[in-house]
Amino acid sequence: MNEGKSINLRSYVFGFAASLALTFGAYALAVRHSLTRRWLIAALAVLALTQFMVQLVAFLHLGRETRPRWKLLVFGFMVGVVVILVLGSLWIMYNLNYHMSLQQQYQYLNNQGDGI
Amino acid sequence: MNEAAERDNRSIFGFWVYLMTDCVLFASLFATFAVLRNSIFGGPSGSQLFNMHYVLAETLALLTSSFTCGLMFLAVRARDKKRVLMWLAVTFLLGLTFLSLELSEFARLVHDGDSWRRSGFLSGFFTLVGTHGLHISVGLLWMSVMAAQTLRRGLTNNNVRKLTMLSLFWHFLDIIWIFIFTIVYLLGAARL
Repeated sequence: MNEGKSINLRSYVFGFAASLALTFGAYALAVRHSLTRRWLIAALAVLALTQFMVQLVAFLHLGRETRPRWKLLVFGFMVGVVVILVLGSLWIMYNLNYHMSLQQQYQYLNNQGDGI
Repeated sequence: MNEAAERDNRSIFGFWVYLMTDCVLFASLFATFAVLRNSIFGGPSGSQLFNMHYVLAETLALLTSSFTCGLMFLAVRARDKKRVLMWLAVTFLLGLTFLSLELSEFARLVHDGDSWRRSGFLSGFFTLVGTHGLHISVGLLWMSVMAAQTLRRGLTNNNVRKLTMLSLFWHFLDIIWIFIFTIVYLLGAARL
């Protein structure tokens, strides 16, 4: 788990400069409204994920440890849980909205009230 | 590797595992926010509420503090007490700047009647961003304790271990902020 000599000033300066560039890029894209909705979401997602990986490697030194790579293993498991949690929630709630119109929801709530 | 260093590495790994579980906590808050994003209940939406210049300033303060925290960690590895204390102070001040900007934004929202009670969207917003702010406050408290410990006892093995964990914690909070900045503020401001 000892990362050794790969941690140096250069890696931090690179991480900082790249993060600054990615932040300003994403900010400019979002504020100027120059892209269509779908492209904007895609571009912002790519920029955020790139910055995520830059900071993981440059600041948290992920993947720089010697074998066995326990940190990387726990990290991978976390990513799996997070993806299932977030995408699963969005999928379920989208389906719920899709299958139940607003009127149906009101009817359902009214019927519930009658039962009491 | 001697026994003490082995033990320190184990506890740093334990702290890493804690950070990963904290990511799962934030993921559930992100999922809640994403689901409630459009439930504004006739109230204001993100694009009407957020002052983007303000948010950019917050982001830059936190990003720079993450960088100076890295410089602090390099000083720890070089066992340079003076530089450790200097970068710790710089990181603390930048973190404090971030926190005060965030709190004044919260105060403005609450003052205008747009608190967490206004809509589902605002409940999700305050819970997600507030939890991050709480972590930042804990980090600032930890930094002041570590500064006092380093001043009194110097860079002992114990302090080196704790400063290493502190730097992991602080970088982790900046990584969470990338996603808050993108998902809450940028996508919110773009009226999607």
